[in-house]
Amino acid sequence: MSTLPFRDPERGRALSTRLQRAVDRAGRPVTVMHVCGSHEQAIARYGLRARLPAGLTVHMGPGCPVCVTDTASVDAAVALARAGVVVLTYGDMLRVPGASASLDDARAAGAAVEVVYAATQVLERAAATDGPVVFFATGFETTAVATAAILRSAPPPNLFVLSAHKWVPAAMEVVAQVPGSAIEGWLAAGHAATITGWGVFEDFVARHHRPVVVAGFEPLDLLAGLCLLVEQVAEGRAEVGNAFPRCVSREGNRRALDVLFSVFEVGDGDWRGIAHVPGGDLQLRSAFAAHDARLRFAETLAAAPGQAPFALASACRCGAIMTGRATPTDCELFGTTCRPERPVGACMVSTEGACRIWLEHGEGR
Amino acid sequence: MSDDVVRLAHGAGGPAMRDLVARVFLGGASHPEARRLDDGAVIPFGGRFLVVSCDAHVVQPRVFPGGDLGRLAVCGTVNDLAVMGATEVLGLTTTFVLEEGFPLAELAAVRRSMEAAAAEAGAPLLAGDVKVMRRGEVDGLVTSTSGVGVTDRVIRSDGLRPGDVVVVSGTLGDHGLCVLAARHDLRLQGDLRSDVAPMNGLVTAALAVGGVRAMKDPTRGGLTAALVELAAASGVSVRLEEALLPMTAAARAAAELLGIDPLVVANEGKVVFGVEPGAVDAVLQALRAHPYGRDAARIGRVVAGNGEVVLDTGFGTRRLREPDVDPLPRIC
Repeated sequence: MSTLPFRDPERGRALSTRLQRAVDRAGRPVTVMHVCGSHEQAIARYGLRARLPAGLTVHMGPGCPVCVTDTASVDAAVALARAGVVVLTYGDMLRVPGASASLDDARAAGAAVEVVYAATQVLERAAATDGPVVFFATGFETTAVATAAILRSAPPPNLFVLSAHKWVPAAMEVVAQVPGSAIEGWLAAGHAATITGWGVFEDFVARHHRPVVVAGFEPLDLLAGLCLLVEQVAEGRAEVGNAFPRCVSREGNRRALDVLFSVFEVGDGDWRGIAHVPGGDLQLRSAFAAHDARLRFAETLAAAPGQAPFALASACRCGAIMTGRATPTDCELFGTTCRPERPVGACMVSTEGACRIWLEHGEGR
Repeated sequence: MSDDVVRLAHGAGGPAMRDLVARVFLGGASHPEARRLDDGAVIPFGGRFLVVSCDAHVVQPRVFPGGDLGRLAVCGTVNDLAVMGATEVLGLTTTFVLEEGFPLAELAAVRRSMEAAAAEAGAPLLAGDVKVMRRGEVDGLVTSTSGVGVTDRVIRSDGLRPGDVVVVSGTLGDHGLCVLAARHDLRLQGDLRSDVAPMNGLVTAALAVGGVRAMKDPTRGGLTAALVELAAASGVSVRLEEALLPMTAAARAAAELLGIDPLVVANEGKVVFGVEPGAVDAVLQALRAHPYGRDAARIGRVVAGNGEVVLDTGFGTRRLREPDVDPLPRIC
């Protein structure tokens, strides 16, 4: 593969040296957290963790929207699919287990479950049929904007949205409030911050006196973000930094935010593996009730069996992993009982989950 | 899902499939040749070696850019024979399991495509069988091919030695990414095309040079699974350099966009070789002179170890592992 400018190993070595200096200056072990599966993917994909300074630990927090999608939402999608409704969703939701089955199981049993890659395909699919079509919509701010956009584009009356969209800043709040948290700073996800702007983290930084740096997804972006973050930690500063200025501004994408919040409002939600997250869910506003699958199919959903709350196996350590108190290899189920095909915990569910990434990329071994 | 039933992962070519084979198909009485789990089985015959192999095929969609089910079915068996050294294919047989209502025109097209691929490979289609199932009992068409090849020298999976050089015959990931994009209607722009092709001509050219110690066609599970198998069978490790891996711009872009590791998706017209260091230049020259080997490249080396395949990304290293399940496109 040819070398891209953001993948120049030479510049990578220079940033690694700078990062080492920052850790040395701190004079103690430093622990930071990123909250994005794509960051973890890039760290594992490029083998970055193996070459991080010895005194630096980088945890992955609750940064995978698929992993944290609650069981009840998956159960709802499965119930609708089994009731004969066409259910559309993103590919990585297919294998996420509900209380008793995944959408892939429902599909194998004959239900109409179809994968979409772009939200616009949802409109085309609904227009092509008379029966009800439900879009099981998941993801953070990034994909939520696309869902909002289709609901604002005069969608056909047979299109309904089952929203499991999540709002990232709320989850960082939960992690920061974990008693005895060792996390000294956060890397924020560049794609989500492209929408929200880095300004969204200013209150958080002021409240917790710990820095946040927005970073992109190329290896150099990540190393640069870690440098800006650890340098602040070493100097005792707490500010919002931006290591992804080619995409992210302070204000973010105003137009996308307007679209997002004209359709959604934040509400409390249950995140798999973390529990209750105040302000963590993006819920459809009442103006869009006519397209809200939870309202349109309320009876079907109420009658569906298997709505028991997700019970983690007692040995599962997802909660500790997502709050930075453990790494995937600390869990005795990792790679043995808990595997991608039959995940026990949230972090093994999707290709963006910390455990799944560690297993598939041989991290921590 | 319970452990007592067949799951999709059992067909993904990874650890689950090996587990299934060990549990169900390799009983105490099975033949030592079957226990080797190579791409084909070797039968000594009249001073030479017959190699037999078979391959079942289902693909959605059945026609994709660069090929179709018929070409895939023929090339699958021809290539399994070729990587055992049996580049001279004595004959192929085919089986069709058809769903009631399947259009004859499509069946005839699959058959024509098989004949074209077989002609290209110099592998005569000699016999076949047809079964028809009631509507709904099979999804359209399932086909399988079997083949018999012959060789004077069998190439086994356990031939890699430390110091050998790893060479791949061309760009990686094309077939798997192309089919994935077609299956999920991803409407990617650019010319993503399957590489499905018979490899026996290319392998003949490489073997004529000498110095090939082991080879494999990196199909299900991609380059990763092929090298993990070769390394494990040979009791060595492999170190790859990412900067050396050949990929088309279209495949690289698709893999990045979909979040899919191009090293674990199928290739259907590639061979990965372990070559003695002194023969590498000549083997590369021979490969590049062949129409299916123009992008052949040296991608890594064999080192002492116990079955690890490690990729040097330029920023660090990571161990390549076979996927448990087939990859799906992701949202972010």
